[in-house]
Amino acid sequence: MIPTLSHFLAIAALLFALGLFTVLTRRNAVAVLMGVELMLNGANVNLVAFNKFMVGGLTGQAFTLFVVVLAAAEAAVGLAIVLSIFHTFKTIDVRAADLMRE
Amino acid sequence: MRIPKKLIAWIVGSAAVIGAVGLLSARLSPALAAGGLRPVAGPFTLADGIFYALAALTVGGAAAVALSRNILYSALGLLASLLGVAGLYAFLSADFVAVAQVFIYIGGILVLILFAIMLTNRIGEVNISNASMGWASAGLLSAVMLAMILVVAFETPWPVRPTGSAPTTAPLGHALLQQWLLPFELASLILLVTLIGAIIIARKEIRAD
Repeated sequence: MIPTLSHFLAIAALLFALGLFTVLTRRNAVAVLMGVELMLNGANVNLVAFNKFMVGGLTGQAFTLFVVVLAAAEAAVGLAIVLSIFHTFKTIDVRAADLMRE
Repeated sequence: MRIPKKLIAWIVGSAAVIGAVGLLSARLSPALAAGGLRPVAGPFTLADGIFYALAALTVGGAAAVALSRNILYSALGLLASLLGVAGLYAFLSADFVAVAQVFIYIGGILVLILFAIMLTNRIGEVNISNASMGWASAGLLSAVMLAMILVVAFETPWPVRPTGSAPTTAPLGHALLQQWLLPFELASLILLVTLIGAIIIARKEIRAD
């Protein structure tokens, strides 16, 4: 019972589904961002697992590194937007931020 | 009323982990037997134990993110999940990606998220993560999505072939500076733009008048 490709695909699917659930059920913008991070991690696990079990080489790992870099950029800009929304609306409920100007 | 809710969340989380492991072992045995890759019932080695511990850490942390009522507990669950994913990378012999996961996700993104939580929540306002879509419909949608991905993952005959496991740090460095030089430079440009943009968005505007 050495872990095979399907093991990692199942873990990635669970990560993605739980991230999707988090994004759908939360009204806190920071929690929504956390759900997005979970979904990105599920995709990354898939990339590295396919690279290990099917492709070989380093393509999947390099792609994973780029995804991680983009996730960092997304988190920085997203959290800056969240802080800005909090300063403007005094809440981070994603349903309250429905105006594009003050 | 808060303790039973927490208990329910943890019970659901652990049930998700147990169900995942059970589903895996139930589904994998016929699949492996049909593929004829290796004997179905092998000895349970130390590597298997480490793998399942990492999987439980990953999925349990993700369940804590999804189900916890307190956003700080969600952040701690995210920490556990990211650590588990880093361990899975190391298990897949992607050592540099594992270390980058720990540095960037846990050292960077998670700290940023914790800062955002501390800066945007008032003390005492704990129960802020309430449902926007309804737990039933969101859970149904997520379950359908999960079932679809799992069916695809288990029913497709993936052309698995053995690949070696060598240290990846030096080849990855060479690949990033030769084969993927343009995406590498674009990523650095994106990081610079992100830095400036985040500063501009998050600063306080003080008007002179």
